[in-house]
Amino acid sequence: MNEVPKRSFAQRFHLKLVVWSVLFIVLLCGSAALTGVNWGEFFSNIGQFFSLIGKMAHPDWKYIQIVIQPVIQTLQMAIVGTTIGTLIAVPFSVVAARNLVKNPVVRGIIRFILNLVRTLPDLLLAAIMVAIVGIGPSAGVWTLAIFSFGMISKLFYESIETIDDGQLEALRAAGANYFQIIVFAVLPQVIENFISYFLYTFEINVRASTVLGYLGAGGIGMLLQQSLDSFNYSQTAIIILATLIVVLIIDGLSNYLREKLD
Amino acid sequence: MSKASKNKKYGWIFWGILIIAVYVWAILGMNLSGIQSSAVQVTKSIFNGICHPDWHYVYNGSGEDLVSLIIQTLAIAFLGTFVSAFLSVPFAFLAARSSKHLQVRSKIGKFILVFIRTFPEIVLAIMFIKAVGPGAFAGVLAVSIHSIGMLGKLFSESLENMDHGAEEAILSVGGTKSDALFLATLPDIMPQFLSYTLYRFEIAVRSASILGMVGAGGIGTPLLFAIQTRTWSRVGIILLGIVVTVTVIDWISGTLRRKLG
Repeated sequence: MNEVPKRSFAQRFHLKLVVWSVLFIVLLCGSAALTGVNWGEFFSNIGQFFSLIGKMAHPDWKYIQIVIQPVIQTLQMAIVGTTIGTLIAVPFSVVAARNLVKNPVVRGIIRFILNLVRTLPDLLLAAIMVAIVGIGPSAGVWTLAIFSFGMISKLFYESIETIDDGQLEALRAAGANYFQIIVFAVLPQVIENFISYFLYTFEINVRASTVLGYLGAGGIGMLLQQSLDSFNYSQTAIIILATLIVVLIIDGLSNYLREKLD
Repeated sequence: MSKASKNKKYGWIFWGILIIAVYVWAILGMNLSGIQSSAVQVTKSIFNGICHPDWHYVYNGSGEDLVSLIIQTLAIAFLGTFVSAFLSVPFAFLAARSSKHLQVRSKIGKFILVFIRTFPEIVLAIMFIKAVGPGAFAGVLAVSIHSIGMLGKLFSESLENMDHGAEEAILSVGGTKSDALFLATLPDIMPQFLSYTLYRFEIAVRSASILGMVGAGGIGTPLLFAIQTRTWSRVGIILLGIVVTVTVIDWISGTLRRKLG
């Protein structure tokens, strides 16, 4: 006679699943209580939300002329910000790469700083930058520079760590110094990845830069705030449409360039 | 010289000029001179504030302190991501490309998802504040809707890349379409869905911490207030709180995702 394999107590009563489910439901109920979820209120007032959508469905087409200049400024902010961020990120990523810097203490400190920078949300950086450099596009540029610095240096050092060590050793054996190794062995291997990541970060920054102005950091977001504060939702609709078009164009362009690189 | 290599040579010059032109255009348009004179001084006081955080704000039992508001922020992100994970499933099926059907459906679905992703989250938050009043609930709704854009995209991509063998097996032995969905598609795709949802939760924590800047609950409200009133020691402790929270959440979520994947 075949013996039925014995299952432990935990397996028989699906203890793991039960514990996870209970924990999950407790967390859900707790969150709902903390955030004051009130579906009754939501469904009774949802009309308000749809009337807003209704107002947005009739865009104020004449507003386009006013939107163009800030949209261009947004793009310029994204270009300059991403570039500054990248330029600062390159030396940091070289120091943070495991195969280039053997000293774990230096590498650890740099990575710790990079991790800290990456935890900060973009709008939070914008609020601080507006306080530091004042209202205007410069605040947006510095926000995007710091934001892309955190992201790009991680992408860069991870890509440096995947390169072929043979070329490093060859140059080292031939007596090249640290700088020469980076220029002649590391850079040629990673340059395509770098450009691709740069474009990817640029896409993300274009998206992010469209709302930075809400806190005074220049670009189209400033108009967004004006139109929302004056309840001019037909203008808000134009701004969102303009953002959508710009994002679609930039995404398309960047995807095309990145595919061309591969 | 062959034509191809000639093209390559001139292509290089073309790209160089184009890139330089773009940068000249961008930098000239920026007018970077607009940095206010007090910038250095403000930076100093910010660093001073971050080095001397206002420890009394951490917990004072009023419900408006750092710990309570960070927990509220986490609750917004958690609930918002949870709702959005359910809402994005139909969008994902709409946007996923399949060889059998017309490509139009998938194109429409993908466009809807791009639109949702581009629609700024703070505008959504403001719209929901109009409907349900300022507070964390508006934040939950904004996160739930905005996250559909990214989750729907990730889900639809994993639907496109999954192995359809199990589905076909069930259909070929006479199972209905819903049998195939519940017995083959969902179990197959579940670990990936969970992993993406956890990843989106990490992002939602970051965005929930700034939604308060427009009045949608969480830690953002006191942060913006502290920045505007130049209370840098308060800004310092809130920044510290956000950094620690995000780091811990990223670590927990990363561990769980490694277990799933």
